[in-house]
Amino acid sequence: MKALAGLLRKEVYHILRDRRTLVVIIALPVLQVILFGYAIRTDVDHVRLAIVDPEPDAVTLALRGRFTAAGVFSIVAVVPRPDALESLFARGIAQGAVVFDGGLAEKLARGLPARLLIVADGSEPNTGSIVRAYAAAVIEAYERERGGAPRGGALIVPNVRMRFNPTRESSNLFVPGLMAFVLTIVSSLMTAISLTREKETGTMEALLVSPLRPWQIIVGKVLPYLAVGFVSVIGVILEARLVFQVPLRGSIALLLFEGLLFILVSLSLGILISARTSSQRVAMMGALIGTMLPTMLLSGFIFPIESMPWPLQAISFAVPARWFVLVARGIMLKGVGLAYLWLATLILLGMALFLLVVSTRSFHERLES
Amino acid sequence: MTEAFAIEARDLTRRFGNFTAVDRITFNVRVGEVFGFLGANGAGKTTAIRMLTGLLAPTSGQATVAGHDVYREAERIKRDIGYMSQRFSLYDDLTVRENIRLYGGIYDLSGQEIRDRTARMLGRLGLEHAADQFVRAIPLGWRQKLAFSVALLHQPRVVFLDEPTSGVDPITRRQFWELIYDAAARGTTVLVTTHYLDEAEYCDRISIMVAGRIGALGTPRELKQKFSADSIDEVFVRLARPDVHPPASPPERQA
Repeated sequence: MKALAGLLRKEVYHILRDRRTLVVIIALPVLQVILFGYAIRTDVDHVRLAIVDPEPDAVTLALRGRFTAAGVFSIVAVVPRPDALESLFARGIAQGAVVFDGGLAEKLARGLPARLLIVADGSEPNTGSIVRAYAAAVIEAYERERGGAPRGGALIVPNVRMRFNPTRESSNLFVPGLMAFVLTIVSSLMTAISLTREKETGTMEALLVSPLRPWQIIVGKVLPYLAVGFVSVIGVILEARLVFQVPLRGSIALLLFEGLLFILVSLSLGILISARTSSQRVAMMGALIGTMLPTMLLSGFIFPIESMPWPLQAISFAVPARWFVLVARGIMLKGVGLAYLWLATLILLGMALFLLVVSTRSFHERLES
Repeated sequence: MTEAFAIEARDLTRRFGNFTAVDRITFNVRVGEVFGFLGANGAGKTTAIRMLTGLLAPTSGQATVAGHDVYREAERIKRDIGYMSQRFSLYDDLTVRENIRLYGGIYDLSGQEIRDRTARMLGRLGLEHAADQFVRAIPLGWRQKLAFSVALLHQPRVVFLDEPTSGVDPITRRQFWELIYDAAARGTTVLVTTHYLDEAEYCDRISIMVAGRIGALGTPRELKQKFSADSIDEVFVRLARPDVHPPASPPERQA
C-alpha cells in the first residue's frame, strides 16, 4: 500500500509540474465543446434574407417585422423588383428571399387570393430547407393571428410542418454527444502518453523489476488521471448548462458518476493501447483513432444509430461513447434515473473492468513472453 | 542463507521464434563478486539479464538468483535485486529526494529508513546541495551515479547493471567503478554488462558472450593467458572474429 501511495504521489507531481499539459488537458475539452458546439449545430440563426416588396403596405411591413423578430432571419436587402434577387443570391448576400405580391394588404382586405414566393438557396440544401420551413411557419403564425386563413388561402399555406424553434434545440442533442467525444479523446490520450513516456525514458523498466505488481502500476496511473478527468467532466457539464443552456432535468450526482465511469473506461482504453505500443507517437495515434472515429461515427452523437446498417449497429454496441451519450441525454434531457439507465451503466462498468483486466494481463505478457 | 553463489545459471536458454538469443549458458557468480558480462551488441547480454531479473521468462534451463528460482520465485527475486539499465531509471521531473523517496516506498522501506539512507547516500555522492533539485538539472554523470545508488537503496543482495556507463565521460566512469567496488566490498554481488573492454579489467571475473553462447569465462588474467593476448580487447576480437585474428598465427608471420 505504501508503494502504491508513493506511485500516486509521483504521478501527481508529474501532473502538477507539467503545468502547460495540465492546462491543455483541462481546457481542451471545454474549448472543443464550444468550437464543435457552434460548428455542428443545425439551427439556423441570422439567415440573410432578401425581401422583394413592390408596394410596401401594412401587411408586408408586419410580415417583415415578424421575420426579423424571431432572430432567425436578418433582412439584408429590400428591393422593389425580383430581378435583383439573381445577383443577391449569386454573390451570396442573400441565403433566402421572400417575394411579396404588389398590393398585398388590399387584396387580403378584399378577400382576394394573394401570392407570396419563398426562395431558398438550393446549393446549401440544409439551410435552404430550413429557411423554407421557418419562413412558412412565420407566415402561418401571422395568418392564424389575423383570425384564421380566409377561404381559398389568401397566403401560402405550406404543407411543411415544423415546430418553430427559437431556442437552439439541436444543441440539446449535440452537447451530450460532444461531451462524450472530447472526454474520451483527452482521457485516453492522457494515460496512453504518460505510460509510453515511461517506456521511452526507461523508468517503466525500473518499475517492472521492482516488487510492484502490474495492477499497482496501472492503478497508480489511472487514479490521478481520473481526478484530472473529473475536473474536465465538471467543466463540460457547467459549459453545457451555462453556454448551451442544455437542461439538466435529472440528478447531477448521477451525471457526475456516469461521467467518472466513462472517463475510467477511456483511461483504461489508453492504458491498453500503451501496454501494446512502445512509442509515444504510436500510442497517440492509436488513442486518437481508437476513440475519435468510433465516437464520432458510431455513438449516435451525429449520425442516428437506428438508420445504420446492422453490421455498424452491432459494432456500435462496443463503442463506450454510445452508452454514455445515451446516459447523458437521458439524464440531461429526459431527467431519467438509474431505473432506466442501469443497463448502459452496467455495460460501461463492464467495459472498464474488461479493459483494466486485459491491460494488466498484457503487462504480464510483456514480462513473460 | 549461506549459499556460495549469488547467481547460478544452468543451460539457460531463450528463443524468440526461430532465433535463439541466449543459447544454453551456464555460469555461477559468487557472493560479493563483480562479474562482467561482455559481448557485442546482440550477443544476448541484455536478454540474459532480463531473464535473471524476472523481466523475461526463460525458454528452458534453470537459474537461481539470490537463492530464488527464476520460474517459481520471481517475486522474491525482485525484492532481493537491484537493477539499473542503460536507459535512465530516475524521473527527471522529480527532485533527487523525491526520486529516492519513491523507490524507497516501492521497496517497502520505512520513512525513517528512507530518510537515513537518503542522507547517507547524498553524503557519499557529495550531492547534499542538490537534494531538492530536479534530476534533469544535474549533470549526466551525477545522474548515473545517483541512479546506481538508488538501485542499491533497498540493499539488494545482487545488483544488475546493464551498460551503466554508456555515454558517460572517462572520469565519471572511473568514479562509477569506485561505487561498484564499494558496493561489492559491502557484500553486494554485482553483475555488470559493458562494451567498454577496458572496464572488463576491473571485474573479478568476466564472461564473453558470442552469438548467444558464453565464448569464454574466467578472470581477466586467465583469459589473456589462454588467448595469449595483451588485453581483453584482443581476447574479445579473437573470440568474436576468429577469421580475422586466428589465434595460432601472430601477425609477424605474414610479413
